[in-house]
Amino acid sequence: MTSLATPRVGVVLFPGSNCEQDCVRSFRALGAETEMIWHGEKSLPDVDLVVLPGGFAHGDYLRTGALARFSPIMTAVEEHAAGGGLVLGICNGFQILCEAGLLPGALRKNVGLKFICAWAELRVENADTAFTRRAQPGQVLKVPINHFEGNWYVDDETRERMVANGQIVLRYTANPNGSLEDAAGITNDGGNVLGMMPHPERACEALLGSEDGAVILGSVLDTLGLSSATSGVR
Amino acid sequence: MISTLHRELGLTDGELEQIVDRLGREPTHTELAMFSVMWSEHCSYKSSRNHLKNLPTEGDRILVGPGEGAGIIEVVPGVAVAWKIESHNHPSFVEPFNGAATGIGGIVRDILSMGARPIALLDSLRFGSPDDPKTRLLIDGVVHGISSYGNSIGVPTVGGEMVFEDCYAENPLVNVACLGVIEHKQMNGRGEGDGNAAILFGSSTGRDGIGGASVLASAEFDEDSLDKRPSVQVGDPFTEKLLIEASLELIRSDLVVGFQDLGAGGISCPTCEMTSKAGTGIDVELESIHLREPGMEPFEVMISESQERMLAVVEPSRVDEVIAVCSKWGLEARVIGRITDSGNVRVLSDGEVIVDVPAAALAEEGPVYDRPYERPSWIDEVQASAPGVEAPGDLKTAFLELLGSPRIASKRWAWSQYDHMIFLGTIEGPGSDAAVIRLPGRDEAVAITTDGNGRYCYLDPYEGARLAVAEAARNVACTGARPVAVTNCLNFGNPEKPGVMWQFAEAVRGIGDACAVLGTPVTGGNVSFYNETNGRAIYPTPVIGTLGILDDASAAVPMSFTSDGDDVILLGTTGVDLGGSEFATVINDSVGGSPPTLDIDAERALIETLVELAPLVTSAHDPSDGGLAVSIAESAVAGGVGVRIDEDADLEPHVALFSETPSRAVVTCTPASTEAVVQVARKHGTPARRIGSTGGDKLIFATFEVALCDARERYETGLTKRLSATMA
Repeated sequence: MTSLATPRVGVVLFPGSNCEQDCVRSFRALGAETEMIWHGEKSLPDVDLVVLPGGFAHGDYLRTGALARFSPIMTAVEEHAAGGGLVLGICNGFQILCEAGLLPGALRKNVGLKFICAWAELRVENADTAFTRRAQPGQVLKVPINHFEGNWYVDDETRERMVANGQIVLRYTANPNGSLEDAAGITNDGGNVLGMMPHPERACEALLGSEDGAVILGSVLDTLGLSSATSGVR
Repeated sequence: MISTLHRELGLTDGELEQIVDRLGREPTHTELAMFSVMWSEHCSYKSSRNHLKNLPTEGDRILVGPGEGAGIIEVVPGVAVAWKIESHNHPSFVEPFNGAATGIGGIVRDILSMGARPIALLDSLRFGSPDDPKTRLLIDGVVHGISSYGNSIGVPTVGGEMVFEDCYAENPLVNVACLGVIEHKQMNGRGEGDGNAAILFGSSTGRDGIGGASVLASAEFDEDSLDKRPSVQVGDPFTEKLLIEASLELIRSDLVVGFQDLGAGGISCPTCEMTSKAGTGIDVELESIHLREPGMEPFEVMISESQERMLAVVEPSRVDEVIAVCSKWGLEARVIGRITDSGNVRVLSDGEVIVDVPAAALAEEGPVYDRPYERPSWIDEVQASAPGVEAPGDLKTAFLELLGSPRIASKRWAWSQYDHMIFLGTIEGPGSDAAVIRLPGRDEAVAITTDGNGRYCYLDPYEGARLAVAEAARNVACTGARPVAVTNCLNFGNPEKPGVMWQFAEAVRGIGDACAVLGTPVTGGNVSFYNETNGRAIYPTPVIGTLGILDDASAAVPMSFTSDGDDVILLGTTGVDLGGSEFATVINDSVGGSPPTLDIDAERALIETLVELAPLVTSAHDPSDGGLAVSIAESAVAGGVGVRIDEDADLEPHVALFSETPSRAVVTCTPASTEAVVQVARKHGTPARRIGSTGGDKLIFATFEVALCDARERYETGLTKRLSATMA
């Protein structure tokens, strides 16, 4: 890849995904090139970032994300992540990443046992990641949530390690779903995979109520721009 | 045997005679079942047709009017939307979760059948008192059904209504409106082309929903109604989502001649309707239909209302491509028949013809009844009874009680369970006068709302219906959009009773009169009769779904006060209109007298005023349930901005605060714009008067004041408190 190329974002389309077009629109508005990737493909096209969008992949039957992790494309997504490539899972995408073992923990039903669609405030706990570099540490972002299973859980040992490593990247200022550590977004050990329940793609325009989502999406694009500019090759 | 079977299927002896005359022979078992669903009240509009034909249906922007899957309205040249409302009342009472869920599924497929992508839903819900534990279960089931199905198919639920009234306790109303946008080209449900293939795709056909249109939707309820549970369909939102994507891909690829969804009446419906419209016929191979379970009788296959199915008519050379697209989306697709030039629907089973009837006989030649109607005598008694206009002991207490009454209080509990943001188009969402939806990838938006007032219609169905049309148009105009089209859902009791039929006739007359003046033709809708349980009918409840157009989504006017120091201006004049009001019902426990009388010319002038004022005002909201005081409080709470109001001193204080006079709106603007606002209003002949200004953390009226936080607490918790008290 040549330097200063436009970042290329691949959005995976599972049967039952429903936020894929919103992701495409918001990433394009921020200057990225996007490509839709059908879940049945076995390899990824030439993309810098893989997005697993929100929705109900495979109907979320059995358990959220439980079937989607077996979609053919997921092997290629795992390889991409293993090679240090960036992966962003939003909502259902976060659930799929947990099921696939790319992120620790699991997402249980919300405390209160209701689906919640509402604005939430997220505090950026770690601004030194590929997904948050545009934020100030402690900055509060207004981004909506839209889920029934966003109550993140992980065992104590992993939890302690993740807190120490700064992997709890985004915390709710008012926990809406019972999530451990008030976690709204977490990364893997390598920091190249982020899963978050809130929908940054829905908050990239003042007319829709907030532009704070662009801090997240824009950070990833900055990261990709920097890496292509400095390393030249991927 | 056949001599009694028709009655079990819901056909009268006279209707059977008509069928025998038309066919020149006794119908077969399967034919009789098909006639029973296609000639049911639900599918044939046999009691309503004579009245509906008088509604205005034409306008410059109306591309498709009544009679198709949905109305089509031009937004700007080359951009069109589909708009339609449907009821799923009976199924939702028998099985609330699946009844509500499949209600969404059905209207979404109606929109899809026009070639439009569904982009927004509104739910207009009516229940009994939230204090009743059984009602609480219905509310929970219906809201959960909407949340589960609507969220999963990825169509935002952006608004609607939730009304509580004892008359709906045994007959809840679940009306769902859907907005779609034509993405590639407008489709029609015509089965053209001798030799073309008919492809059924989507879910398999099972035993669910047998006779849903006839035995369930077209009959009253009694103690045995819960036995009708097998008549309710079971929804699968995942398959619906795949059906949406596959159908739109088929349209984008120009692979289909026409298609229609399968709803009420199952396979019988599109096979006869598509061919009847096109003047063709169809041969269906019964064994080609893929079934969910073995041993289904032919009549069950033909009338099963299994969900998530579509029928496409396809040129023979494109069949493989169509099946490939469906297969990519994981959907079963099979050729189940061929278009013919016979004019008949023929069904063949193992080579034997078991159905051979003219398509038009099923689709268009059903009975039409001129049902007798008569003004019921009780109307005089009710109108002469006490309207409950007495002043309350304490104005502040009455105000807070109204603000927390379930009908007025925030419905956040329900709509926060619905995805109302997907597609990045929700400029104004739930809780607004009308939802404002920006069309994908464009600057234009449409404003949509549903409104109805059963109490007004009970007191006077003609005025009540006119008031509903006026309020819906006003709600749309408050956002700055110009109202251009109406879809309606007419919920009534048993049309065989002359009193109910009179209510219906009067309501339709009222809708027609108001729509004609306001320039909002009716593009279609739905009639739901037989909303009666044990002989007790609901209030006559026409629900009006109005759509308006806004050239620039970013210019939409919010209902919330946005900043301190704005002038508050009342457009219109407050009269003494408390009959059937929320004040009379909640505070004085009285439903009597007459509803407000609408001055339709004043309403039209107000709407013109609101549309022209959009660039000048910072907020707009109309006083309706609870009057001016509640309207002011809603705008203040929504914006987190206090207000001081000097209400009309010529009126008794409680009248000035709570009267529900129509054709009014409250707008705010910066003081620099006040003169211009008044000028615009004057130009249209709309009275305009500055009544206060925004700012602070209180609601200050001439006679009392309330802390904004107290008002918010009442408004936000009014409903949930009542609901949780029921559970305790």
